[in-house]
Amino acid sequence: MIKALNLRNINKRYNETVALSDINLDIEDGEFFSLLGPSGSGKTTCLKVIGGFEEPDTGDVTLFNEDVTYTPPFKRNVNTVFQDYALFPHMNVEENVSYSLKIKKIPKNEQKSKVDEILSIVKLNGYEKRKPSELSGGQRQRVALARSLINRPKILLLDEPLGALDLKLREQMQFELKNLQRQFQITFIYVTHDQQEALSMSDRIAIFNEGKIEQIDTPNNIYLKPKTAFVADFIGTTSIIPKDFAKKSLKYNYGFSIRPENININSNIAEYDFSINASINDIQFQGSYYKILCQTENINLTALHYLDMKNPLNIKIGDNIQLSWNKMDITNLDD
Amino acid sequence: MLFKKNNLNKASFGLKLGAILGILFLHVPLFLIILYAFTTEDKSYQFPPPGYTLKWFSIVLSRQDIWNAVSLSLQVAIISTMAAIVLGTLAAAALYKASFFGRDSITLLIILPIALPGIITGISLRSAFGVVGIPFSTWTIIIGHATFCMVVVYNNVVARLRRSSPNLIQASMDLGANNFQTFFYVILPNLGTAILAGGMLAFALSFDEVIVTTFTAGQQTTLPIWMLSELIRPRQRPITNVVAVFIICITFIPILYASYITRNTTDTEGSSK
Repeated sequence: MIKALNLRNINKRYNETVALSDINLDIEDGEFFSLLGPSGSGKTTCLKVIGGFEEPDTGDVTLFNEDVTYTPPFKRNVNTVFQDYALFPHMNVEENVSYSLKIKKIPKNEQKSKVDEILSIVKLNGYEKRKPSELSGGQRQRVALARSLINRPKILLLDEPLGALDLKLREQMQFELKNLQRQFQITFIYVTHDQQEALSMSDRIAIFNEGKIEQIDTPNNIYLKPKTAFVADFIGTTSIIPKDFAKKSLKYNYGFSIRPENININSNIAEYDFSINASINDIQFQGSYYKILCQTENINLTALHYLDMKNPLNIKIGDNIQLSWNKMDITNLDD
Repeated sequence: MLFKKNNLNKASFGLKLGAILGILFLHVPLFLIILYAFTTEDKSYQFPPPGYTLKWFSIVLSRQDIWNAVSLSLQVAIISTMAAIVLGTLAAAALYKASFFGRDSITLLIILPIALPGIITGISLRSAFGVVGIPFSTWTIIIGHATFCMVVVYNNVVARLRRSSPNLIQASMDLGANNFQTFFYVILPNLGTAILAGGMLAFALSFDEVIVTTFTAGQQTTLPIWMLSELIRPRQRPITNVVAVFIICITFIPILYASYITRNTTDTEGSSK
């Protein structure tokens, strides 16, 4: 089967800084694939290598079995939605969207019908003559999407496209992006530092850290079976129990991570595999639950207490509580 | 009393009065110059003028020395503006994003001619021409003017580049445009109004420049220098006023036009945020 994209042993450094270190990646055709990591982890550099804006120092970039490592961006069948949208300020919406058609010298009437079609898909009919400065953030985002999709690229690269939008709009656009991807059946490669965004939209996620990929997996596995302490810590809230503490206090031979929703407070310890005493450092109200931040020796643990009429919160900061969990809920860490 | 009304959205009476007086102070002399271009009294400024005539205009039209000065000034302004546009735009393109050792110093050196007193620029250019052995000519005036004209273009273009999204060029390439198409469809239209506005300011600056010209002109007479020498003679004073009216027109039109074309683009660049 032909992969949409292969990256083989990609290395890239800027002076002394290693931006990408031995990146290997296969992305299937039609996949919604996210590159997730903190800022400076190399995910945007990786996207630029795929788009052709940066050349890797070593390694190969293959798009649909064609080596494009040194092919300039305008010869790749890949389009990019930039973080700041990069709409041409001197052109109106229609001119922005039809830019690539003008470059390809497609006849005017054909351009017009394609622009109409794509603008109706992103729900921007009637805005053809507006300048980018006369649009809201969400509308600019749609223009940028339409401009990139009008080409029907095989792969669409998105560089934190929702970063500048407020929360409500972001959630709505997440939904619309996912729909667009299903409708066009093209590969989306999506860069984000927002784990919730990546988990909710992606088919698979690559977690970047310091220029390396820590784990490539489905959102489900990334959350439930993190391979490294970094992934466990970066995705969601988690408590990390290092190996020496586990050996000493829990008689367990591995370091592991445990999600807060799997930790029980003051329950019958006979029902659980592990149990430990901890004191409460802070209690944070989060809406549908309280976050209980606990500490034992120098280990921080986070547990949750869901709001429930039958089960009122009867603990306070400074209390000593019993935290218990089962072996099936923990994830052993490699290091 | 003057600042009693403390409404933040409305200017106080005192502020309004001050603003009006300020504007009058700046512009009444211009109207006086236009008025005295039509006076019948040719030796002193008498108010109100004893009579009105158009004869000074016909005298100006027939004076060859004025036409020589006008044509020299236009020639200098046009050539130095063109040089400024090319050099200023290239300098802006090279310096706005690049980071290399000494970049800030080079930026400072480019802007310096407009900050330096004209008299310093003039003297240093004059001695430089002397050392190298370049004879004074129209070209030495043009070189002198280009030093500060370039700064105006540079500043305009750099400001535009800074406000533009650095991704615009990448976006254009991403959508299939090669280097030439990107330059003509994206870069030039984006910089166009900034270059034009800078060029027009540069033209206006060059056209009425006196100090640097004095040091770099040799025997040649540009229009402003002709006017200075004419003021010393007490006869036919209104002639200088007639010429001044021409200069006001020639410099006003490009400045108004420059502010008009850049007015519509100032908020457009915000799209990168």
